[in-house]
Amino acid sequence: MTPTAVAEAPKGTEKTALITGSEAIAVACKLADVDVITGYPIRPYDTVIQYIAQLISNGEMDCEYVVAEGEHSQFEIVKHASTVGARVFCGSSGVGWMYAFECLTVTPALRVPMVVMVGNRALDDPGAFGVEHNDALAVRDLGWQLVWVDNAQEALDTALIAYRVAEDRRIFLPCAISCDGAFLTHSQALVKIPAQEKVNAFLPRYDRGDLLLHPDNPITVAPQANEDWLMEIRRQTAAAMDRSMGVIREAYKDYERIIGRGYGNPFFEEYMTDDADVVLVGMGTLSTPCKVAIRKMRQEGKKVGLVRVRWFRPFAAEELAQCLSRFKAVGVIDRDFSLGSPYSSGVLATEVRAALYASAKRPPLVGFICGLGGREVLVPDVEKITGIVYDAAAGKPQPLTHWIGVRE
Amino acid sequence: MATIDYPLPKLEPFKGQKKIPLEEFFTSGHRTCQGCESALVMKMMAKAAGPRSIILGSTGCMYVANTTYYSTSWVIPWMHTQLGSSGSAALGTAMGLKALMRKGKMKKEPINVIAFCGDGGGADMGLAAISATLTHPDYNLLILMYDNESYANTDIQLSGSTPYGANTTFSPPGTVKRILHHRWKKNMAGMLAAGHPECKYIATVDMSYGLQAMNCVRKALSIGGPTFIHSLDPCPKGWDYDPMISHELGELAVTTGVWPLYEIENGVLKLYGKTKEIAEGRYKRLPVRDYLLRQGRFAHFIEEDFDYFQNKIDQMWQKWLIPGVIPFRREIDQ
Repeated sequence: MTPTAVAEAPKGTEKTALITGSEAIAVACKLADVDVITGYPIRPYDTVIQYIAQLISNGEMDCEYVVAEGEHSQFEIVKHASTVGARVFCGSSGVGWMYAFECLTVTPALRVPMVVMVGNRALDDPGAFGVEHNDALAVRDLGWQLVWVDNAQEALDTALIAYRVAEDRRIFLPCAISCDGAFLTHSQALVKIPAQEKVNAFLPRYDRGDLLLHPDNPITVAPQANEDWLMEIRRQTAAAMDRSMGVIREAYKDYERIIGRGYGNPFFEEYMTDDADVVLVGMGTLSTPCKVAIRKMRQEGKKVGLVRVRWFRPFAAEELAQCLSRFKAVGVIDRDFSLGSPYSSGVLATEVRAALYASAKRPPLVGFICGLGGREVLVPDVEKITGIVYDAAAGKPQPLTHWIGVRE
Repeated sequence: MATIDYPLPKLEPFKGQKKIPLEEFFTSGHRTCQGCESALVMKMMAKAAGPRSIILGSTGCMYVANTTYYSTSWVIPWMHTQLGSSGSAALGTAMGLKALMRKGKMKKEPINVIAFCGDGGGADMGLAAISATLTHPDYNLLILMYDNESYANTDIQLSGSTPYGANTTFSPPGTVKRILHHRWKKNMAGMLAAGHPECKYIATVDMSYGLQAMNCVRKALSIGGPTFIHSLDPCPKGWDYDPMISHELGELAVTTGVWPLYEIENGVLKLYGKTKEIAEGRYKRLPVRDYLLRQGRFAHFIEEDFDYFQNKIDQMWQKWLIPGVIPFRREIDQ
C-alpha cells in the first residue's frame, strides 16, 4: 500500500511513561492494532510477550494470541496468519531465533511482512544470557530488514515505522527490530507514547491485495519451482529489498510530520562528527559508553565522533561510505564475531569495509570485537579503542582486528 | 472455556456415491505417479470440503508433485508450508481468519482450514506442532496426514510410520542384516486421541472406502475445534507393486486387520466398515501374508518375518486395551 498523504496531522495528546525497551515495543503492538501474536519463552525478548499478555488480559489489546510449543511453530503460525491478511508480531532471542531458522528463511521469500523483535542474546554454548548480535545477524542474507535501536523511545517509534515499511506493497518483506538484551530490553526510560489517532493516520491497514489467501482469491502460494523460475523469483525479492531504502526514508519523514518526532538520517546517527578526526562505528546500546567516552575525550582535546548504524538491512552503503570518507580513520566496534572472515573481523566491520571499497577516499579501518555475552563495554575500553584508531590514522602498522576487554 | 465465535460450516454427510458432487477442486496439472492413492486423498478431501476452503500443504509428495510452478492442480486457495509445519500452518491460518472476522476486518463466514502432511512431516517432524494445535479449542481446522509409509518424495526413506522390516533406501536388506528397520509403526491416531482429550474428532480413513473417508472429512470440518484424520495410502513406488492394485491393497490393509478404521467423536470410539465386522466377529481377518506378499518392499521376508508381523497384528486385536487404538493393557486384566 502506498503511504497516505495526510494534509494535516490529526490532533491527539502524547502521554509519557516510564517503560522498558520491551514494554515500548508491546505498546507499539497495541497502537498498531496487531491481529495475531505468538510467544515462546526465552530470555530476554520474552519480556515483550509478558507485557503483551498483560495488555490482552486487561482488555487493552484485542488480538488472537497463543503460546507456541517452540520457536519454529511460533514463527510459522504468524507467517500463515499474515497470508490471510492479519497484522502479526512475534520475536525471539539467541538460540530460540536459530530454532526458527527454517521459518526465517521462508518468510521473506514468501513476501510476508512479519514484524518481530529480537532481544539480542549470545548463542549457546555456553548458555549466556547477555547480548551479542550474532543471532539477528544470521539472517542478513535472506531478505529480512534488520534495524538496531538504542533506547526505548526509538524502539517504540521504530516498531511503528517497521509495520509501515514491511507492509508497504512495494516491499512486503519482514522486519526484525533488534534490542540489546538487558541493556535495552530490561532498562526503563521515559517514553513518549503517541496518540492513537496519530498512529492511525501514520499506519494504514495491512492490505495483502492480490496476494491474499482467501476463497474469493483462489491463488496457489509457493508452488515448487526449480532452475526454470527460481532466479526470477529471487530477483523480485532482491528488487523489493532495493526499494526498501526509499520507503524507509518516506516512512521516517511521515512519522516526523504526523507523530512529531524525527530521527534525521534514518540509516545512521552521527554524534559529534562535524569536526571529528576519527570516528567509531557501532550498533545498539554500545552508543551509551561511546558517547560518554567521546564527551570525556573531547574535553581532552581529541576530536572523536560516533556513527551509530540503525538499519543494517538494507545497508546504506553509499551514504555511509560518503560519511566515513571524511575522517582520518574509522574504528568499527562489533558486538558479534564472524570466525574465519576476512581479517577475522566482526560482521559490521566486514560490511563497512566492503561499503568503503567503492569509495575513492578510503580511510584506514580497524575492527574491534568487544562486549560479547553481555560483557559491559566501559569508558576506558572506548578510550583504548580510540587510541588504536588514532594510531591507524597516523599510519602505524597494526592488526586489523582487536579483541577488547578480554583476558589474555 | 473455548469460544469459536466465527461460524462453522454445515457439511452433512454424503448419503451415497451418487450424491457426491461432480465438481472438482483438485484437478489436472499434477504429476503424481500412476496409482497414487495420496492424490486420490487430495481430490476427495477437496471435494468433501468444497470451495470455501483454504488448503495448506506441507512439504512432501503432495507438494512437489501437485504444485509445479505455473501448473497448480488446486482450484481452491492453496499454500505451501514447511515439512514440520502442518499444525502451525492450520493454526496460524485459522487464527488470522478468526482475528480478522472478529474485529470486523473480514466478512464473517465459515471458511474451512485444512493442512495436510505426509507421514514424515506429520508422524516424525511435525508431531509437536500437530499436538500443540490439537490443544487449541478456539480454532476450527483439520489436519490430514496422508500416510504412504515412507518419505516417498525424496526416494523412499523410512519414517516413523514405515512398517516393520520394509525395504526402503535407508533400510535395504543386505547380506548380513536382512531386516535393517525393526521399529514398529507409530500408532498416530490413537496417540493423538489419547493425548488430546479436548479434541472433538479424530479418525482413520482409507481411500479404498472413499465415501466413508469423505464423510469423515466433512464431519471433521463441521464439528468445531481442531481435528485430525490419518489416511493410509498405498504407494506403488514406495511399496513396490503394480499401480493397478492400489485399491486392492488399501482393502487388504483393512481386511487383514493391519489398518483399523475408526472415528473418535466427542470422546466416543466408533469402529466402522470391515474393521467393525472384524471386531464384532462377523468377518474373519485375512492372514497379513496376503497383504505383505503383494508388495516388493517385503520381498526379502522369510517365514519368521511373516510370523513376527502376524503375531504383532494378532496382539493388536487380542491384547490391546482397545484393539487397534490403545496399545497397553491393565494390570488387573492379566
